[in-house]
Amino acid sequence: MNNLAHVVLLIIGATFLLAAAIGVLRMPDLFTRMQTATKAATLGISCILIAVALYMEDLGVAIRAFFTVVFFFLTAPVAAHMIGRAAYFIGVPLWKGTMVDELQDRYDRRTHTLTSGLTSERGIPDLPDS
Amino acid sequence: MNPAGLLPELSVTNLVFGVIVLAMLLAFIRLVRGPSLPDRVVALDLITIQIAAMLAVDTIATGQAVFLDAAIVLALISFLGTVAFARYLERRGHDE
Repeated sequence: MNNLAHVVLLIIGATFLLAAAIGVLRMPDLFTRMQTATKAATLGISCILIAVALYMEDLGVAIRAFFTVVFFFLTAPVAAHMIGRAAYFIGVPLWKGTMVDELQDRYDRRTHTLTSGLTSERGIPDLPDS
Repeated sequence: MNPAGLLPELSVTNLVFGVIVLAMLLAFIRLVRGPSLPDRVVALDLITIQIAAMLAVDTIATGQAVFLDAAIVLALISFLGTVAFARYLERRGHDE
């Protein structure tokens, strides 16, 4: 094998995809599952597409692979944000070990309005004094 | 070594195919078990990305660049499907 780079990238990408699947299976609630699926899977498929670009040694294939990577990096956070927003809105429970839920009591689930941290009714100072 | 031809040839692409199939199996368990509908949407999104990755590995295994185009289309469909599901969930409200 004269070119080892694409082999290494393929194995790294497959490992990240496997890690994403294990995370989706094992994480305790929806939001942690969602973040592992988004980040690890994006990195995994990006490595595999770069491996394709290196192996084929064709300009057209390389350009298509590059723009697919860019597309994944642009769309995966948007999709994850929309799913997370919808899930929070319909009341999917958080993990019982969740430490901070900054939207609690600030988000009106009927009207979709978000109270600013500065005008919170609870009177808790939100921004650190600096 | 492999007289009957039943086992696949040992190569990097076949190894990667095996790992991705294993990952797809794990995501499928979450798709079946997932307690809420957003869980299933996340698992389905992950499975679509894994299929796109398999198509990309197919490009290397066969040398046909056409599979990469299919992977691009699948990426687009994955994004649109997830966004549509999210809009649907938000419209539907508290039903779960």
